[in-house]
Amino acid sequence: MASLGSIRRSFAPWADPKAKPYIRFENVTKRFSDFVAVDDLSLSIYEREFFALLGASGCGKTTLLRMLAGFEQPTSGRILLDGQDLRGVPPYRRPVNMMFQSYALFPHMTVEANIAFGLKQDRMPKAEIAERVRQMLKLVKLEPFAKRKPHQLSGGQRQRVALARSLAKRPKVLLLDEPLGALDKKLREETQFELMDLQHDLGLTFVVVTHDQEEAMTMADRIAIMDKGRVLQVATPAEIYEAPASRFVADFIGSINIFEGSLVKESAGMTEIRDTSGADFRVAAPARAAPGDLVWLAIRPEKMRVSRERPPEAENALNGEVWDIAYLGDMTIYNVKLDDGRIVKASMINSMRRLEDALTWHDRAWISFPADAGVVLAE
Amino acid sequence: MRKLVSGLGGRAVIAVPYLWLFIFFLVPFFIVLKISLSQVTIAIPPYIPVFNWQDGLAGFFQKLGALSLDNYLWLADDPLYVNAYLSSLRIAAVSTLLTLLVGYPLAYGMARAPLAVRPILLMMVILPFWTSFLIRVYAWIGILKPEGLLNQFLMFLGIIDQPLVIANTTTAVYIGIVYSYLPFMVLPLYATLEKMDYSLIEAAEDLGCTPLAAFWKITFPLSLAGVLAGCMLVFIPAVGEFVIPDLLGGSGTLMIGKTLWNEFFANRDWPVSSAVAIVLLLILVLPIVYFQRAQARAQERAG
Repeated sequence: MASLGSIRRSFAPWADPKAKPYIRFENVTKRFSDFVAVDDLSLSIYEREFFALLGASGCGKTTLLRMLAGFEQPTSGRILLDGQDLRGVPPYRRPVNMMFQSYALFPHMTVEANIAFGLKQDRMPKAEIAERVRQMLKLVKLEPFAKRKPHQLSGGQRQRVALARSLAKRPKVLLLDEPLGALDKKLREETQFELMDLQHDLGLTFVVVTHDQEEAMTMADRIAIMDKGRVLQVATPAEIYEAPASRFVADFIGSINIFEGSLVKESAGMTEIRDTSGADFRVAAPARAAPGDLVWLAIRPEKMRVSRERPPEAENALNGEVWDIAYLGDMTIYNVKLDDGRIVKASMINSMRRLEDALTWHDRAWISFPADAGVVLAE
Repeated sequence: MRKLVSGLGGRAVIAVPYLWLFIFFLVPFFIVLKISLSQVTIAIPPYIPVFNWQDGLAGFFQKLGALSLDNYLWLADDPLYVNAYLSSLRIAAVSTLLTLLVGYPLAYGMARAPLAVRPILLMMVILPFWTSFLIRVYAWIGILKPEGLLNQFLMFLGIIDQPLVIANTTTAVYIGIVYSYLPFMVLPLYATLEKMDYSLIEAAEDLGCTPLAAFWKITFPLSLAGVLAGCMLVFIPAVGEFVIPDLLGGSGTLMIGKTLWNEFFANRDWPVSSAVAIVLLLILVLPIVYFQRAQARAQERAG
């Protein structure tokens, strides 16, 4: 596992200006009568990348995937796969395979026949088909179920059959539409890691559509956050979390405190912001705005600290009243109500929390954060 | 207590259709069966023996002994009847196939139509039922006869210069049966095709099937239950069809329904016509039993 982690860390073709994108969306727009599902979108996906399209339902992520599979045609713009324009190439001629959200297993065929379906279509010799089916069944650990029909399988087993069927033809790109959506939480977590290992071992490019941010963060090399048919940010999970590009992204991923204010000045890497209640913040982050502009300071709850006294080393601190405490076992979440009524959320890992510091409901408390804790957002 | 009551209620609900079938199917069936075993005579009713309440038990058994299978032997002996049965089966089979060929694309188109239009299309399939069956078959005479609409239209277009002879031929019977029974084919097919998950077709295409291959490998096998139901609903009544061959068919069209009518009304031979009816019933019961078995098997597979 450790070696896998280090390989993943060094894998960053998107940062290499010489690397050629494997899949390229160029100014792709898709309209359904008067509804714009995908709006002038450009995106590059690299070979062997595990790429996630993340967004709420109706954001256009599934349409994007279906255009790549060939089930929908872009209204304008083009899609390139390995340098080849996919316009007019029907789904059955594209070197991509899809795992459907509903799995779409053929109910009148056995597990074996489902997996062999695409291979038979390619007129592969019988012996080779049998061998490949055997490999696939082994890969998804379904050997004893080869002769079963889909309705005789559990949800998790069906998901595996769908995966084996879509991998059987060894596609260059595997498209996964909410691959784990129908599984229960525990099975979903197990399967996430299995999918990652599989993608790594087979050296394939995976494009996965999901609305589950945790799933995207766990599995993907890079995530594209989508909203209203547009891509708001494409970055690694860590970058998206630590340095969101906009308030929407910051708010969409995890939970975050956002302070609205105006930029006072920016010098020597230090940004000063005066928030709407008059409090001054000093943060070590670029502002990308001019003095006087409206900006937002975004800070993750785990970067905030709650204490009875103001910590002397804290660059930024706010005074308030402990409004709510949620004990989650590994950590505790404090909601502190500032004097102007705003609620600020801070989470502290329980093993780090000092017992003598134990705060309780309605205690006065300081909520503080260091200068390098937040990001300044201009949009 | 409650269970007992609901059990009784449940039985009562089932008893009503059973009683209905007993009175209006089973009793008439046994009457026809009995007549088929009788001998023809010039009397009212035109057969002997006639059971009577006054006969007493001894008379009943004596008359029972007078029943015989003569009429059935007569049917087997005379090639007219055998040919009529075979010809009916052939005409029904060909018509069923033609109805399937016309009905399947129709049902498929309906099932793939936008959701908002589907009820309208369904209504249009059912709409002909609102007019009398007999009138609709008569209308076909007006269309198909030598100076009818079809010939006039084709001659107007200059496609033909002599009227086609369609009326009073077996071709006209095929047209009539396909037209009349089309809804019985379309409705079960539509019901099957409409429930089908379209992502299965997409999955097949994704795995390398052309749309045509996807149809034969996925859509058609999954619609077999509907195909079977539709074919049975057309084939079974078509075998015994009388009105369509009588109105549209010619002297060359030999069908068992027509033969039966002749025996009954023209020859006044009730026993032979009853025997014809009983044999027809037996011929049809076989595919019905097969159909039910197939359905039960399909349900077992699904469950």
